[in-house]
Amino acid sequence: MSRRIIDCRRLLCPMPVIKVQNAIEGLPGGSQVEAVCTDPGALKDIPAWSRINGHRVLEATSRDGEYIVVVEVVEGGAS
Amino acid sequence: MSEQRKAAALISGGLDSLLAARVILEQGVHVEGINFYTGFCVEGHTHAIRKRDQKKEKRNNALWVAEQLGIKLHIIDIVEDYKQVLVNPKHGYGANLNPCLDCKIFMVHKAYEWIKAKGFDFIITGEVIGQRPMSQRKETMPIVSDESGAHDLLLRPLCAKNLPLTRPEREGWVDREALYDFSGRSRKPQMALAARFGIEDYAQPAGGCCFLTDEQYAIKLKDLWRARGDKNYELDDIMLLKVGRHLRPASHYKVIIAREEGEANFMQGYRRLYASMATVSHGGPFALIDGEVDDQEIELIARVVARYSQGRGAEQVELSYSDTSGQSRSLRVKPMAAHEIPKEWLI
Repeated sequence: MSRRIIDCRRLLCPMPVIKVQNAIEGLPGGSQVEAVCTDPGALKDIPAWSRINGHRVLEATSRDGEYIVVVEVVEGGAS
Repeated sequence: MSEQRKAAALISGGLDSLLAARVILEQGVHVEGINFYTGFCVEGHTHAIRKRDQKKEKRNNALWVAEQLGIKLHIIDIVEDYKQVLVNPKHGYGANLNPCLDCKIFMVHKAYEWIKAKGFDFIITGEVIGQRPMSQRKETMPIVSDESGAHDLLLRPLCAKNLPLTRPEREGWVDREALYDFSGRSRKPQMALAARFGIEDYAQPAGGCCFLTDEQYAIKLKDLWRARGDKNYELDDIMLLKVGRHLRPASHYKVIIAREEGEANFMQGYRRLYASMATVSHGGPFALIDGEVDDQEIELIARVVARYSQGRGAEQVELSYSDTSGQSRSLRVKPMAAHEIPKEWLI
């Protein structure tokens, strides 16, 4: 399944959430979006947004000073 | 069976918008939240930047509220469109640079466009008559409804009984009798309603959520506008106003000096947009230079930055100056004494 990577470095929340939300808009179920962030708040905010709007978080980790959140689009979820 | 009506709730993350949405959910209406990002939102930013704040529990209150309510939340970036509201507010500013009434009109207008595009029926807000001295008064309620274009599709569940009938009430989409008649600055009715719903944890009331209500922030923004000769700004400008110590030795440039490690880390991200300076021989702050400067001014800036370093008492401090292309050079200067920095430089 395709995975789209979005660069959210230097952006402060809620901008990473907005970028994920906009990236998901129009994507079919099963698509994945990977957000690469430098604001640690993204580790909480993107999963919270995903839960609320019916999408699935596959990964939320920190790696080399960056924070990676992978969201899988669920059909019928909101953007 | 009657059709389930759909409402968009403006969710700030505070108690009032939470309660307004909850009241309408109780009436069987489908509610989804909208939260606007202007760039001036306090939400999480300083916590994200400042190291000493990073241990504190962080959460985006709008997302948290939506999760408590079990509703979807759409966060909308209005940074660009918001400039016209801030630069030229028809109804003026509040105590600082807060254009609260124009801001509310603008947000309701955006929500009105949103419900038309998404097929929703009406808008709800947590407004309460008399709650806010500028934007939430009896006289401003119809101004917001009319100038936003929403007119009678804007319902304020917490004070609806003090206001004329709206279409959702007239058409029976909601029961007016189950709405409220709150008014005034007291928070007691909201707290009692929260208790009735079993809501114990909520953010402090709105108002402290926007940097434009902050006096020091407003002073820095006015300085930026004055120095540039117009009221335009970019997101990077307004983000940097939230961090560091700002000094303006001359009208054509200013220096932003990090006050702690978290701010320095955040400001490092701007090294390709602004010239920068860092101490080498001693522990000290990272600084950005906003504006074009000559060699004499670079030396002056170095003396100022050295003043805020651990070498402030030393005869000489070594610093590194880098331009936006990444070219660096070293300087050795005598730190400026505290009394040599004119008070008027500090913004």
